[in-house]
Order: sequence, then C-alpha cells, then structure tokens
Amino acid sequence: MIYPDSKSLLEVRGLRATVNGIEILKGIDLTVRSGEVHAIMGTNGSGKSTFAKVLAGHAAYEVAGGTVLFEGRNLFELAPEERARAGVFLAFQYPIEIPGVANNQFLRLTYNTVQAQRGKDELDPLEFDDFVREKMKMLEMSPDFLDRSVNAGFSGGEKKRNEILQMALLEPRLAILDETDSGLDIDALRIVANGVNQLATRDNATILVTHYQRLLNYIVPDYVHVMESGRIIKTGGKQLALDLETHGYDWVSIEQRAAAGA
Amino acid sequence: MNMSVATASSYLESLLLGRAQLPASPLAWLNRLRAEAVERAGALRVPTTRDEDWRFTDISSLTKLPFLPVHAASPLQTAEVERFYLEPATIRLVFVDGVYAPQLSTQVLGAAGDSGIVVTHLSAAVSAHATTLEPHLGRHAEFRNNVFTALNTAFLHDGALIIVPQNVAVDVPVHLLFIATQKEATSYPRCLLIAESGSAVTVIEDYVALQQGVYVTNAVTEIALADNARVNHIRVQRDSGQAFHIADCAVSLAQMSHYQSTSIALGARISRYNLNVQLAGEGAECTVDGLALIAERQLADTHTCIDHIKPHGTSRQLHKCIVDAAAHAVFNGKIMVRPGAQLTDSAQSSRNLLLSGRAHVDTKPQLEIFADDVKCAHGATVGQLDSEEVFYLKSRGLSEMTARNLLTYAFGAEVIERIPVASLRHRLEQTVLERTQRS
Repeated sequence: MIYPDSKSLLEVRGLRATVNGIEILKGIDLTVRSGEVHAIMGTNGSGKSTFAKVLAGHAAYEVAGGTVLFEGRNLFELAPEERARAGVFLAFQYPIEIPGVANNQFLRLTYNTVQAQRGKDELDPLEFDDFVREKMKMLEMSPDFLDRSVNAGFSGGEKKRNEILQMALLEPRLAILDETDSGLDIDALRIVANGVNQLATRDNATILVTHYQRLLNYIVPDYVHVMESGRIIKTGGKQLALDLETHGYDWVSIEQRAAAGA
Repeated sequence: MNMSVATASSYLESLLLGRAQLPASPLAWLNRLRAEAVERAGALRVPTTRDEDWRFTDISSLTKLPFLPVHAASPLQTAEVERFYLEPATIRLVFVDGVYAPQLSTQVLGAAGDSGIVVTHLSAAVSAHATTLEPHLGRHAEFRNNVFTALNTAFLHDGALIIVPQNVAVDVPVHLLFIATQKEATSYPRCLLIAESGSAVTVIEDYVALQQGVYVTNAVTEIALADNARVNHIRVQRDSGQAFHIADCAVSLAQMSHYQSTSIALGARISRYNLNVQLAGEGAECTVDGLALIAERQLADTHTCIDHIKPHGTSRQLHKCIVDAAAHAVFNGKIMVRPGAQLTDSAQSSRNLLLSGRAHVDTKPQLEIFADDVKCAHGATVGQLDSEEVFYLKSRGLSEMTARNLLTYAFGAEVIERIPVASLRHRLEQTVLERTQRS
C-alpha cells in the first residue's frame, strides 16, 4: 500500500550489471518505499531475474555502474549474508535442495544467525519448534516438512512455500520474490500469495518478479514496472498488469520506441 | 619389476607360514576348502598398479612388513571397549585382532526362546550347523583369483556366524565388532550371514582400533539371502589411520529378496573394499550406498559389482567421497546385466567432493549390458561445492564458512541418514561434522 509519508527503503539509480562480460542490466531506476508492493514484469531475457539476483548479491553478476541504497546504505558494500541480515530477502525461483540437512535445523540456523546479528534472542530447538509450527500454519504446511531434508523431494509448490516460510521467519524489510508463481497450481498460488499478503506491513516492502499477471490477482501491486532489454520501459498501477495480460508485451515496446523516436 | 614380484611372493610365503598354528577342522570339506585356498594363495601374487583392478591403488608398502596373524585370545575387558558398543545392539560378537573374545560378546545359540536365531562364532558352530554352512561358507566369496580372499580363506578357522531362520525378523541390530589392538599384525575377520526365506535382520560390521598403529585387516564377508529375505548391512571401517584394510564382501540374493548396504570408510591409510552383489533370483532388489570420508594421505578404494542375473531385478547405488588434503578416493562401480535379466531397473550415482587442491578422485562407472529391455541410469560428478548452493545459504544470512561447512556436512550426511540404527547414525553424523568443519 502506498503511504504518503513512507520513507524510502530502496533507491536504485542507473544500475548496470554484466554476466560474463555481457551487459544485462542497462540502467535501472527504481524507488521502493516501505509499505509498497512493486511488480516487475517482462518477457524471458528482459533482465528481471538478473535484477533480483544483483540485489541479493549473486557473485556471477558484476555491477558495472549505478548505485543502490538500501535504507540509506550502499548495498554493494555488503556481502550477500550481510544484506540478508540487514533485511534483504530473495525467494528463489529454483530453491536449492540440501539432502542430508533437516529442514528444521536449517531454518533454526538461519533464524538464529539473523536474530543474533540483529541483537535479538536466539531460540533453542524446542522454542523454535513451537515458533516455526505457528508460521507453517499460515502456509498450510504439514509439520512433516520440518523433519525432511531441506527442499529434497519437495514438489514445486512445497519448495515455494518453504521459501515463504523462510521469509516469515527472517522478517525482511525488503522481500524480492523471483518468479514465485512459476510452477504453482492454483491452490498453491493462493496459499503462497496469502502468506505474502499476511507478511506485508507498513514497515516492509515487496518486489514481485513475474512473467504473468496471474500472481497479481492475489497480491495486488501498488506499482507495475515493465522491463525490456535491461531497462524499465514503463511504470503504471495495477491496471497495467491487466493490460499486459490482455494485449501482451509488444504494445509497450512499440509505444516506448515511438516515444524514444519522438 | 622382478624384484618386487620376488619380494611379494616371499611375503605371501611368510604369511602362509602363520597357518602352521591353525588346528585342522573336523569337517573334511572345510579342510579341503582351506587347502585349495592355500594353493591359490601360493599361486597368485600381490597385485600391483599394473593390474587393471588395482590401477589406482598401490599396495606395495603392504609387503614390507610380515604382519603375522594373532592366535592368542585377548585379555581385553568390557571397560576398555565399551565406548564402541551400540544401543540397542544387544546381540554383539567381538573379535580382537581377529580372535573371538567371549568375555565381550553376547551370543545367541538358537534356543527356542530366541526363535532359533543363531549368532555365534564359527568354530563353536561348525559341527552343529555343518549342513547349513557347507553350501555357503567359502562358496560366495570367490578366492581363486583374489589373493587376499584366498589368504583369508586359507586362515578360515573362526569368524562371525549369523543364521536367521525362516520367517523370523530379528528386532535388534546385530553388532559385529572387530577391534584391532596390535601393531604389525594381520587379522583375518570372517563373517557369514545366512538369511533364510522370509527372514529379516540388520547387521553392523564395524572395524575399530584401540590405538593408532600399522596393521593389516583382511576381511571376508559372505551373505546369502533366500527367497523374500531382507538384510540391512551396515559396514563401518574406522581402522587406524596407518592401517591397511582390505575386504571382500560377496552377497547372493534369491528371488524377491532385498539387500540394503551402507558402507562407510573413514579410517586406514590404504583401504580397499570389494562388494559383489549377485541378483541371482527373479525380482531381487538391492540398494548399495557408500561414503568415503578421507584426509591426509589416505587412500580409499571401493570396487563394487552389481550383477543382474535374473529378470525384474532392481538396483540402486549412491556412492559418495569427500576427499580432503592429499587423500585419494577410488570408485569402480560395475553394473552387469546378463542376457536373461530382462526388465532390470538399475541406477547408479557417483558423487565426489574435493575439499583441497591436492585431493584426488578416480571414479569409473562401468556398465555391461547384455539384455535389451532394461533401464540403466548412471552418472558421476567430481567437484567442489556448488556456488549456487553456497549463494542460497548466504542469502539466508549464513557466512561463507558456515554455508560451506553445512553443505559439506550435508554431502556426507545424505548417506549416513540412510542407516536405520539411530545410535550409530548419530555417532557417524558427529564424526562427519567434526571432520568437515573449518573455522
């Protein structure tokens, strides 16, 4: 939700990034204030997932120019784990499977690591168990997922729910959801979206990276940005997503080219 | 070359001299078996790296010391070895330097109250169970072309014997504990497990050392599963870091039987484990998992052969190596599908993690398929930790070091967690944790 007096969480100015020397992001500008939900849409290869990974600090992406401030701090001075502790969270498109590590151990380790960094109390296994089970109810996850290895043998929907569970535990200021809707059936989509909505507060913000409008029926964005060739070429309200659903992406590029030519 | 062969053969001769002290068996067939093994051991030579099967494993240092067998019973008492005991393994046979230690063991002698289960040492049972033993003892582990198996068979005198009668499920794991205490000695552990039709048992074959030292363990295990039998075989090799451990395990599966094996190699300067699994009956199934976790200058060599002989067999294999420092892991996994073995379903995976620039892995999946309607999948990877996995954990707030430690631990724990005995699993998880964590 847009609040008139919200402070800025994320300030992206002229962000350029390369992978293996090839420029993927060619100058992105974006401001996200607390309380807001932004959707970044675009076709495959438009650079939207790269943008998400650059914000989280993936080493394969090299920042070639521009600045990103997160709560006033230079994000690029922080290692990925420091970003996470500072409150940046990336829900992965393809969450990693870790056979051999029980989910509850992993979740407690990440929770306690972040809690300790924030000067808060860590939880012992019993306390954590109660705490995490409560969060799992919101995502309609069976407690069985605590004893299983992290994401190993989970279905696509189960993996995404486990991502949102981590988000619920780590309570980020800025959550970036990278194609969280991909591979979800309608029930899983509703559950995941419901979880995200419940976690949204006045003090945090969400960036949804998605190809389809479908997710936005459940998580209503305040802003919709269209990416193409490494740039945001159009920004609008939630209606823009519906227009994209009806008319496809082409008209935005045509409109943008016409504007550039004019 | 001539020099090394000459040295090796005198080495074998000197080993065989140790046999002089063995008593003759009352069973003619057993004496014949041993005599034949002596003859084969005399005719064979110690393999070198010029032998295809030993290409990566140089055991020439083995022949530099005579390593005579120990015949005397050990005076070890419970308090000295209790730390190796497992809960809830209430059936336990202990062998010290290869010699049965009655004061540390709990036998089960086939009384009616025990449903007829026999867990004892061979020399005590050899007369009472002669007809049960004859078709199995020395019949599964092929010694005619394997000098170490021939040597073990030449010394065949005592060992662990487990007989699980028809339709009996043993509800506690059987712990076979082999403790090495003497330097410059050879022990010849021998195990025979006969699982009669419809029976079920979990057996832990466990090699430990009371102290560090150079010694040789030359072990042979034979496992026979009758129709519908289920055997869970866990093998833990945690010999002294200076020891030689050479072992041969032969498993034969009858119709619809199920064999599950988890072998963990942690110890020994040089270890070699041969596991031969024959799916000799229709619909037999096996799961053969392994983990070698080695460091320093250790060498761990695992050679497995899963032999599909009859139709509808299923085999699953996951073999993992975590190799640190200048250690060297070898895996050779042969899957054989014979002409009659239609509808075989086999999957093999070899995964190797190198933790140091000097660590080394040789992995060789080997498929020999002579049937046309089969499903055989295999794959092998060698490498370092996956950077995507490290990034995932860092994006959750974990430091680079913690992320790497967790992934390394997980790599080993994936095999450990398949062990159905909680106390052993927790102990091994602790070992993996201690060996993989850096700061």
